Amino acid sequence: MSASHQKRDYSLSGPEGKLAQERGLASAEWYATPIPRKRMKELMQRRNGPAIRDTVIWLSLLIGFGYLAYLSWGTWWALPAFLAYGILYSSPGDSRWHECGHGTAFKTPWMNEWVYQFASFLVLRPATPWRWSHTRHHTDTYIVGRDPEIAQPRPPVWKIIMLEIMHLYAGPRDIKRMFMHCFGIIDKGEKEYIPPAEYRKTFWESRVYVLIFAALIATCIYTSSILPAMFIVLPSFYGSILVLVFGLTQHVGLNEDVLDHRLNTRTIYMNPVFRFLYWNMNYHIEHHMFPMVPYHALPKLHAEMKADCPPPSPGLASAFKDVVTALLKQRKDPTYTIERELPATAQPYLVGPTTNGGMKDVAGMD
Amino acid sequence: MSQGWIEVCEVGEIDEEDVIRFDHGAVSLAVYRSDKDKYYATDGFCTHERVHLSDGLVMGSVIECPKHNGRFDYTTGAAKKTPACEALKTYPVQIEAGKVYVQID
Ligand code: FES
Repeated sequence: MSASHQKRDYSLSGPEGKLAQERGLASAEWYATPIPRKRMKELMQRRNGPAIRDTVIWLSLLIGFGYLAYLSWGTWWALPAFLAYGILYSSPGDSRWHECGHGTAFKTPWMNEWVYQFASFLVLRPATPWRWSHTRHHTDTYIVGRDPEIAQPRPPVWKIIMLEIMHLYAGPRDIKRMFMHCFGIIDKGEKEYIPPAEYRKTFWESRVYVLIFAALIATCIYTSSILPAMFIVLPSFYGSILVLVFGLTQHVGLNEDVLDHRLNTRTIYMNPVFRFLYWNMNYHIEHHMFPMVPYHALPKLHAEMKADCPPPSPGLASAFKDVVTALLKQRKDPTYTIERELPATAQPYLVGPTTNGGMKDVAGMD
Repeated sequence: MSQGWIEVCEVGEIDEEDVIRFDHGAVSLAVYRSDKDKYYATDGFCTHERVHLSDGLVMGSVIECPKHNGRFDYTTGAAKKTPACEALKTYPVQIEAGKVYVQID
């Protein structure tokens, strides 16, 4: 570690949050690629069709693989069958949670809300706290001390990454919070972004989750088998590998404390299967810059924006390699950051507010 | 037009079911034309954070904030969906001789 590097406090209740506010980085104005209003309105239009189609396919696959897993229980075939079931449970659970949380997946609000609540339970995220956490993530993306969803600090904590292969860091943390919510307690960090008016809803949602857990445990005891839990709750642990891989590739290795999503977010070209599981969140710069564009319109938004963005990673493997390389380098040098050239057609990068209130241009950062 | 009414634009300058930004001195407004060809005006910035609503999507009588999906009924200013919790201030609008006017107090 470089001698000059001070280890930063990533908590929301520590000094970094206040510092970010003083530096004008909190709730700031971010760079946006200029797109004609008429085109933007077309891209923001809501539709029910794509999300209904994708939800029917997802649930059908989940039931189909669940049935195969059930039939294979007690044989070695159960391993691949449950792995497939777990991945289909967790990864689309995560992306549907995300898209419906933004309220853009479906046109009809109650459809977004129902799928959001359902998917929140699948991925074991208390629905209301995570809605507010994600709101903050979009306001202050990768601003240290402000964003509760920074995947890894610098230097990285490898133990957390290893635990997250099986969702064993965030999973137990969120379950502990659910139990706290049941008794009317809000975690200190959560208080930074959940408004008090939402506490009551938070408490009741967690009570429902905990009742489901109790019913599940009772069923397992009654049937003297872990099998019921292999179909709900446990898949969010044993099937979470893609959630981790997709999640790490969104921002890790890129800049912190900047006001331009092209500097802190990664767009990746992915195959159609991954794009289905991930609901096009591989177009992540596009999503962050214009969060009200639904997932099904992101490829079109990408076409509008790509001349203004650094080249996308050519695939998940290449993006993941970049992430691991950056994490390894940040172990020794926490300031290490991947810098990506913009094409000649792009507007220069904008880092953040300068002392004169303007924006600092960092094109040609080196 | 009597005192206090400020000219915003020609009626055709706002598309149906759309919104434009209008700045007057220190005041920034969002001026809407509904799908029923009626005009409305509210404060321009979302009450959740300082994001201008003129970049948002108009759906019927609702304006959706472009940042976090907060929604308002722009005909009354009422907040309809979190994270927007506080109502928007609304302003009277009149049409005269093919022009849109707003009254800023
Ligand atoms: S800034 Fe408008 S909903 Fe958050």
